[in-house]
Amino acid sequence: MIDIKDLHKSYQVGKNKLHVLKGINFHVEEGELVAIMGSSGSGKSTLLNILGILDEADEGSYHLDGTEIKNLTEKTAARYRNKFLGFIFQSFNLINYKSALDNVALPLFYQGMSGKERTARANDYLERVGLSDWATHLPNELSGGQKQRVAIARAMASHPKVLLADELTGALDSQTSYEIMDLIQKINDEGKTILVVTHEPDIAQMTKRIVNLKDGIIIDDKKIEQQKALANV
Amino acid sequence: MFNKDKWSEILESLTANPFRTVLTAFGVFWGIFILVLLLAAGNGLENGVRQGFSGIATNSMFMWSQTISKPYKGLPKGRRYNFETEDVQAVKDNVDGLKYVLPRNRLGGWGGANNVVRGLQTGAYTVNGDYPDIINQEPMDILEGRFINQNDIEERRKVAVIGKGVRDGLYKINEDIIGTYIKIQGVNFMVVGMYKKKSGMGRDAQEAQNTIFVPFTAFSQAFNTGDRVGWMAVTAKDGYSITNLKSEVFSVIKKRHKISPEDDRAIGNFDLYEQFKKISGLFTALNIVAYFVGILVLLSGVIGISNIMLITVKERTKEIGVRRALGATPWQIRGQVLLESIVLTLVSGMAGIAFASGLLAIVNSILPSASEADAEVMFLNPSVELSVIVTAMFILLFSGLLAGFIPAQNAIRIKPVDALRTE
Ligand SMILES: Nc1ncnc2c1ncn2[C@@H]1O[C@H](COP(=O)(O)OP(=O)(O)O)[C@@H](O)[C@H]1O
Ligand SMILES: [Mg+2]
Repeated sequence: MIDIKDLHKSYQVGKNKLHVLKGINFHVEEGELVAIMGSSGSGKSTLLNILGILDEADEGSYHLDGTEIKNLTEKTAARYRNKFLGFIFQSFNLINYKSALDNVALPLFYQGMSGKERTARANDYLERVGLSDWATHLPNELSGGQKQRVAIARAMASHPKVLLADELTGALDSQTSYEIMDLIQKINDEGKTILVVTHEPDIAQMTKRIVNLKDGIIIDDKKIEQQKALANV
Repeated sequence: MFNKDKWSEILESLTANPFRTVLTAFGVFWGIFILVLLLAAGNGLENGVRQGFSGIATNSMFMWSQTISKPYKGLPKGRRYNFETEDVQAVKDNVDGLKYVLPRNRLGGWGGANNVVRGLQTGAYTVNGDYPDIINQEPMDILEGRFINQNDIEERRKVAVIGKGVRDGLYKINEDIIGTYIKIQGVNFMVVGMYKKKSGMGRDAQEAQNTIFVPFTAFSQAFNTGDRVGWMAVTAKDGYSITNLKSEVFSVIKKRHKISPEDDRAIGNFDLYEQFKKISGLFTALNIVAYFVGILVLLSGVIGISNIMLITVKERTKEIGVRRALGATPWQIRGQVLLESIVLTLVSGMAGIAFASGLLAIVNSILPSASEADAEVMFLNPSVELSVIVTAMFILLFSGLLAGFIPAQNAIRIKPVDALRTE
């Protein structure tokens, strides 16, 4: 599903070049649930953003579901993001003047789906994250956990191939975090490929594979015995 | 592109901060409000003045004889001469394209001494010896009786048609005037009609109602003017321009009176068409000024919108990043900013037009209407034509695009990843 080879990325900081990713090789099969771990500043988000076609690598190759991601126009990039990828952010990034339902429907709007279909599908996904009763509420009327559920529904709504989550539990208490991870596990159980960036070991343990990033390279990459989130709730 | 979702998107983001939206919109509202009012005011002034000209055959002139200023064929300069009745026929015969060539003689007028008596009443009035066709050049409403006619001319009848002002000066309020006699410089004339002039302004208007018309021939006989003609009123046919025919008319006269063809001062004239053109030119200038000022004010409103859109875009950097992460293409983002700006401009602009039109409607209902307008009204029916509104709408549309252009460009300049990182 994801195949990257010898990926490099550096940032220009003042006069200096900050080499963040120094040759990443990484392969993800369909249906995997992967945690990307590493200390703060190790380049986890940078990697995830490149995988999410929000940013471009300086060197190396990236194939997403067999499609080479290289020198895309912004328009194509937008289409790929819409079609292939679902994003979940630490700070939820819901649009604050849109209802939960409209937030979930937004990627479908950019897909050009008709209004009726959109509402139906958005409602469907809200129900799956257990928030059908909150469809008309604005984000600021929701708790953190609820917001993240809306965000997950939004990421799922466009039927992406891969879900990318950057510190999705970073803003939540541990109880809520586990509930969210339970949802992630369920979605993964249905076959969705999911990448989760986290620096919390307990969250990482709830995935099926942990990739450890340090100083711009992968120092460790192993499959683990998945811990069910529900057990912790 | 113009589907329902797009509109609700725009509405949502515009209503997200209603107070600011309204404040921003006010700039454009005010600009177009001023523009429409200025154009309407210019229009009102124009209507008022045109009303003053209304009915007057503008394709006409008055001419009179003056002192000859150049020696010619052995004759010295400084000679005086008069137009004669044969001149009238000569002009008619020799110049093509003239509708009327009407001689006129005049007594009194403009602060002259008392020259008209009726019983114990006396007054100072202008007395014109005229031909019936003069009514087509200086239209008047006949309120009672009739105007002078061809029979009056042929039979040199001593009849008079008096102005409303003359009637007010010489008669009691409910007195019958038809068939009564007035004495003009000692000669009795029978009153056969009363008129009211349609046009003229200010002092002219008053003067216009204080004139007495008598048949040209009767005038010549009664006041011993012989063949002399004081004035000629010359009107060109439709499709001819009096200003162009003028010199032809003058050369006929000059030839008959042995005046040098180069003598420009021997014949005085008042060309109504030229006057009219001058005034029309003034209104064109006024219109240009109105557009100029209006568009400048509008421009400041547009810059205001552009400014706020820039701030909005900056504030929404993160939201734009999120939208792009969800698959919005650059054109979808740009389009939204542009449409927002256009909608804001158009809606506030239309409000401006509506308010201005409303104000004009009120003003119009207070101002006298064209039918009851007195000659003194300088301002009539200020309004804007539909074409002006349409023009304004296009200006607005263009302004909206202009206002949104830089903000729209800014909205997608930043990379999605950087947009998402901003807090
Ligand atoms: N746009 C940028 N410009 C300059 N430096 C950046 C930029 N983005 C990230 N960095 C730097 O790159 C490093 C990796 O950042 P990031 O990938 O966000 O780390 P992590 O998510 O693992 O905490 C950090 O040192 C960060 O300061
Ligand atoms: Mg990070």
